[in-house]
Amino acid sequence: MKLNVNGKTAQFDGDPNTPILWVLRDHLDVTSPKFGCGMALCGACTVHLDGAPIRSCSTPVSAAAGKKITTVEGLPAKLGKALQDAWIAEEVPQCGYCQTGQIMSAAALLSTNKAPSSEQIVAAMDGNVCRCGTYSRIQKAVSRAAKAAA
Amino acid sequence: MKQHRLEDKVAGVSRRGFLKATSAFSGALVVGFNLPEAGAKTMAKAEAKSVANAWVRVDAKGGVTLICHRSEMGQGVYTSMPMLVAEELGVPLSAVKIEMAPSAPVYINAMLGGQITGGSTSVRDAWTKLREAGASARSVLVAAAADTWKVPAGECTTANGMVMHKSGKKATYGSLVAKASTMKMPEKVALKDPKDWTIIGKQKARIDTPAKVYGKAQYGIDVKLPGMVIASLAQAPVIGGKAVKVNDAKAKAVKGVLGVVQIPDGVAVIAKDFYTAKKGRDALEIEWDNGPAAGLDMFRIEQDLRTASVGSGAIMRKDGAGDAAIAKAASKIEAEYMLPFLAHATLEPVNCTAEIKNGECHITGPIQFQQGAQFGVAAAIKMPPEKVFIHTTFLGGGYGRKLELDFQIQAAQLAQAVGKPVKLIWTREDDMKHDFYRPISLHQMTAGLDDKGAVQALHFKMTSPSVTARAFPPVVQNGKDPFMAEGSENLTYKVPNLAIENVIHDTGVRVGYWRSVSNALNAFAVESFIDEIALATKKDPVAMRMGMLAHDPRSQNVLKLATERAGWGKAPAGRALGVAQMECYGTHSAVVAEVSMTKDGPKVHKVTCVVDCGIIVHPDQALAQMESGILLGFSSGMWDEITFKDGAVEQSNFHDYPMLRMSQVPQIDVTFVQSSAAPGGLGEVGVPLVMPAIANAVAALSGKRVRKLPLMQNV
Repeated sequence: MKLNVNGKTAQFDGDPNTPILWVLRDHLDVTSPKFGCGMALCGACTVHLDGAPIRSCSTPVSAAAGKKITTVEGLPAKLGKALQDAWIAEEVPQCGYCQTGQIMSAAALLSTNKAPSSEQIVAAMDGNVCRCGTYSRIQKAVSRAAKAAA
Repeated sequence: MKQHRLEDKVAGVSRRGFLKATSAFSGALVVGFNLPEAGAKTMAKAEAKSVANAWVRVDAKGGVTLICHRSEMGQGVYTSMPMLVAEELGVPLSAVKIEMAPSAPVYINAMLGGQITGGSTSVRDAWTKLREAGASARSVLVAAAADTWKVPAGECTTANGMVMHKSGKKATYGSLVAKASTMKMPEKVALKDPKDWTIIGKQKARIDTPAKVYGKAQYGIDVKLPGMVIASLAQAPVIGGKAVKVNDAKAKAVKGVLGVVQIPDGVAVIAKDFYTAKKGRDALEIEWDNGPAAGLDMFRIEQDLRTASVGSGAIMRKDGAGDAAIAKAASKIEAEYMLPFLAHATLEPVNCTAEIKNGECHITGPIQFQQGAQFGVAAAIKMPPEKVFIHTTFLGGGYGRKLELDFQIQAAQLAQAVGKPVKLIWTREDDMKHDFYRPISLHQMTAGLDDKGAVQALHFKMTSPSVTARAFPPVVQNGKDPFMAEGSENLTYKVPNLAIENVIHDTGVRVGYWRSVSNALNAFAVESFIDEIALATKKDPVAMRMGMLAHDPRSQNVLKLATERAGWGKAPAGRALGVAQMECYGTHSAVVAEVSMTKDGPKVHKVTCVVDCGIIVHPDQALAQMESGILLGFSSGMWDEITFKDGAVEQSNFHDYPMLRMSQVPQIDVTFVQSSAAPGGLGEVGVPLVMPAIANAVAALSGKRVRKLPLMQNV
């Protein structure tokens, strides 16, 4: 099947039940989405499917037919830069493993809500686990990015 | 002073023990604490014309590479280690390249006796060593310039990778390399006066942040080698079990499965991608012999622990008449605490990549114990250790899990069997069910009071499995595991009579070091119990602690500051404060938790913490470490436990072993005491005190004393 990953066409001819995560990681060498739980419980694998956040560990690649897959590398330039700059300015990552997934959830939030309240940020980010506990910095980074992207 | 306890212990007994223990894998280990220059020989890419020691390489083009010899698992060593070198070398941090160190004797952690990242030792061990490494490289560059210019070296200064002379002459480090590389590194160098520091103690950007934010950082799970295949390993439901009969016909019939390989730990299915390997694995039909642990369940484990606690243990510390003084006391207070098994649950599940070719084995992955990996793999696949090379990636969390050698050995065995590079990836369920768990512990605490209610004697008896007895048996002598007494033996309170007694009891569950090791276990028992004594004798918990810390100004200071900041005695209506304090890893800290009661149980609103860790190398990341430790202690202590049924772990993923989420995070207020004392540890300091502070607040609020964790299931 033909896939659209970050605006580029890619070919995948394996089992259509393969989760998007493993197509990206093992077949297309896009390793920014991470494997954490395999059950949509931690959010480390978050990517966008036609702009909406999905848990790629639990979404079969067949669901991506005719749709656009976006990872952290393919975010719209202004929003991606605002988020990544904010993450750097707030020195968010520790081990960093969850952070690309965090950024993808934040990007989904900011693309539908340009000025989220702190409650809205928490609600949007609550599915993303950070075992290092960088949550307060993530919150600050999302607020900072919202201002920069506005 | 108690803050060097770990150093004393480990530098003396345990260091040798670690070496002996690791050599048990292999029969040989190069022992010795080499001078920094020796490391240069081990560096594969060292160039002909370069100024190099184990931590610094300056090439002829002026490129500066600093070696990070500790594993980066979030705690910031990828930045803090280079900061120490760069400060003395005289190069801006923004201009250096970082390379992860190979396994080599020069990188042995002198506080632990192996090339290990753990025990909150990275900065403490590196503090003088790495500054000297930077200073010695600088000194040969200066000497080369001085020789060229025919001026005294003492008239030269350095900054931004250049040597300068007062005459106005200047030369880049790169231009001096040819000459400097022929010079001998000095044995003694002077270090900068702290007032001249431009890097240490300053706000510096973490070097790894951009790569982590752009998705470019390479973790173990991201490794890809030419021709590599992926393995998913079925392991026995009970740790220690073995496959006795395997029918792999259905697995081999799965499209894309390349093969099935049996290794001692289980049966692996090999494929080009993880999904196919896992699908093949799910199709395996395996009959397991679950081994000696097959009958384990929690009732029996707890009962056996209690039975073991009846016997006498090793006395880890005795002051005055020890526990004999309790018999003479006017009155007695007793309490018992229990903490559960915990999984590490690093967000990056266990994984490792191995390649064997041309008589060499290359192991690439998230590794916390490079020498253990080298010697463990060498022994397992029968190769000479000098042919095993360890490449450390970023770690998606460590917490002690990635000190263990199981996954590196499995990957190497698979690569040997398959004849291609193999990346082994565990599922979350594999990771949860085949961990080396934080030990369960039973704490029986007794206090003897005089007729005025003053504490005359304390007896703390801990019964628990010993991680050290499993991992480094020679370190445990006469029933004493020094790591089991962390958090009790270094008690800061002064009492006339004190006995710290440890009973080692193997429950049959495989146990491992878990961030802050026994400090978290003992601190919960000790700081809860001190609080119970205060309440029973109608004393203010802070005033009573201050009275018992009169000899220890650093401890008193953090307690005073934390309680002032938290508004001790002034809790908002409907809320209560609880306090705890301790010394661990050479760092003093105090925590105050502010708690209210809701229909769903206690809610933690705020955690106030004051820390005295001596000199801080990287202030923003010191803060990050404290926040991280506090939240890991909180997450685990409130909600998590690992339990066993029919020998198997009952939990499997984050639905039954929950991780803290953003909506559950309390406000955290951390303050550092300004200090010029040598650095203390920080990576684990945040973990132990948050739960006793919360339990003490719950008791103050509701009168209900929680003596067992996780708190939410026992309140």
